[in-house]
Amino acid sequence: MGWFKRLKEGIQTATRNKKEAPEGLWYKCKECKETSTMKELRENFFKCPHCGHHVRIGSHDYFDLIFDGDQYEELFTDLRSKDILGFKDLKPYPERLQEAMKKSGLTDAIAVARGKVNKKNLVIAAMDFNFIGGSMGSVVGQKIAMAIDYCLDTRSPLLIISKTGGARMMESAFSLMQMAKTSAKLTQLAKARIPYFSLLTDPTTGGVTASFAMLGDINFSEPAALIGFAGPRVIKETIKKDLPEGFQTSEFLLEHGFLDFITDRKDLRETLSDLLNLYDL
Amino acid sequence: MVFLEFEKPLEKLYEQLDKIKQVGEEGIVDVTEMMRELETKIRNTRKDIYSNLTGWQKVQLSRHPERPYTLYYISQMCKKFIELHGDRCVKDDKAIVGGLASFEGQTVVIIGHQKGINTKMRQYRNFGMANPEGYRKALRLMKLAERFNFPVITLIDTPGAYPGLEAEERGQAEAIARNLFEMAQLRVPIVCVVIGEGASGGAIGIGLGDRVYMLENTWYSVISPESCSSILWHSWDYKEQAAEALKLTADHMFEFGLIDGIIKEPVGGAHAAPEEMAKLLKKQIKKALTELQEMEPDERIEARINKYANMGVYDTEPSDVPKKEK
Repeated sequence: MGWFKRLKEGIQTATRNKKEAPEGLWYKCKECKETSTMKELRENFFKCPHCGHHVRIGSHDYFDLIFDGDQYEELFTDLRSKDILGFKDLKPYPERLQEAMKKSGLTDAIAVARGKVNKKNLVIAAMDFNFIGGSMGSVVGQKIAMAIDYCLDTRSPLLIISKTGGARMMESAFSLMQMAKTSAKLTQLAKARIPYFSLLTDPTTGGVTASFAMLGDINFSEPAALIGFAGPRVIKETIKKDLPEGFQTSEFLLEHGFLDFITDRKDLRETLSDLLNLYDL
Repeated sequence: MVFLEFEKPLEKLYEQLDKIKQVGEEGIVDVTEMMRELETKIRNTRKDIYSNLTGWQKVQLSRHPERPYTLYYISQMCKKFIELHGDRCVKDDKAIVGGLASFEGQTVVIIGHQKGINTKMRQYRNFGMANPEGYRKALRLMKLAERFNFPVITLIDTPGAYPGLEAEERGQAEAIARNLFEMAQLRVPIVCVVIGEGASGGAIGIGLGDRVYMLENTWYSVISPESCSSILWHSWDYKEQAAEALKLTADHMFEFGLIDGIIKEPVGGAHAAPEEMAKLLKKQIKKALTELQEMEPDERIEARINKYANMGVYDTEPSDVPKKEK
């Protein structure tokens, strides 16, 4: 028995009287449901100040976190996806692209930048999940290929930060071939003995995991990220059993031998700096 | 005989033919003329049907239960074949077979997805869906080929890499990625042919090569039409539209420059005349190997990497400067 009884069902407040918090001021954690201010979140490396949950962030947030004095130069910014197939599902692909650009302010699901980490050169290619699910199409593949060429020319090490649902369906086999393209290009980096670090963040699945994300000289990840080939829903439907707790998390992959280590986001910059020093670059 | 849905007109004609045959056997009426007419009609109908196949119909053909699979082609194309098993780590994956073979007077390593020929065997072969062990076995055999300078032939026919629990535990993604990485630098020629289904990572996991061909009635795509329908249309019912939208046929793939050629199938599909199909396949592989073996390994690897580096279509002169909406 409750102490109070609801007399009228539903929400009674008129929409015009609704009290809305300005967007971008508060953050409610998906994990612990606690609220914090955006300022607190930002100061805490975009980790929930209450439970440490690593919030999904974009390419430029990573650039700010990693490069010295937030200083970096973005490269290859004039590449745009093209609707080669005339792909239309519920929406035409060009429309999806336009929407994604407007929503995210980005041009595609990856951004490449060069800068310094404790005075050492580094090229970072970071994926953006809020651009069509961070999906890999021709532009993502080409930017990675160009980043690799740039690293070969300047002999700078490469960090790729993956955050993706996999290959982009709207470019069909072109997307699929980006797996071969990026992997083949990475062999050139390996032959030139230029280190490639792969950071897998939440989520990294599908064709990206099955190509460049797993091919780092060092593969590492943020805590509790979803990492896998097939998505958990597909696996569950296939085997018709519930998946064990912690399946396909960073910790699971570390345990099974597919990651070198897991790093907290607050230590990310330091870890990279240590690696660059140890590689004596 | 198994008839696919779009082959229904043929099924009727075959039924008529059977009836006429029966009448003929009774010996009262002379049916030779009628039979000849009907056979011509069957030939023409088949030609009609097969010259206008849609994407989805080709997907169905690629899955035809009577379609020849890897081991059949090996037995037809190679004089001697010794199957080699196991990845030397976990186990032997039955969905990918491979071994040493004698092909046109030279030793090759031949690898392919293998589907089962009946219900029991289909399960045994896991419907051609490999686990990481399959990809690692394939890599082990390719490395063996490299050591002894044997060319590599791969035959692709899979509905996808197996999305299972153990597959994830043992690194399905890593296994496929590793193959792509190693195949890019393999010092011997690699010729790949899609002989049935070419679904996504599971297909390309043994599909990076100097020459990639597709049989006429096969498909190659980033996702199966069924899964694409379920994700983009939120329903399983749009597989035909998805098959069209994905532009997954051999013709499209060749037009896009993503494969090096198409191998024609006999009228009625590979299963209608498997021996003839094997001959056509062998001819194309032989031709490709001859060309590739004239190149130096370094030259071949460079051309291979350049070929893949050039795949992708995009604009480089943007008219937009996107601004985030408030």
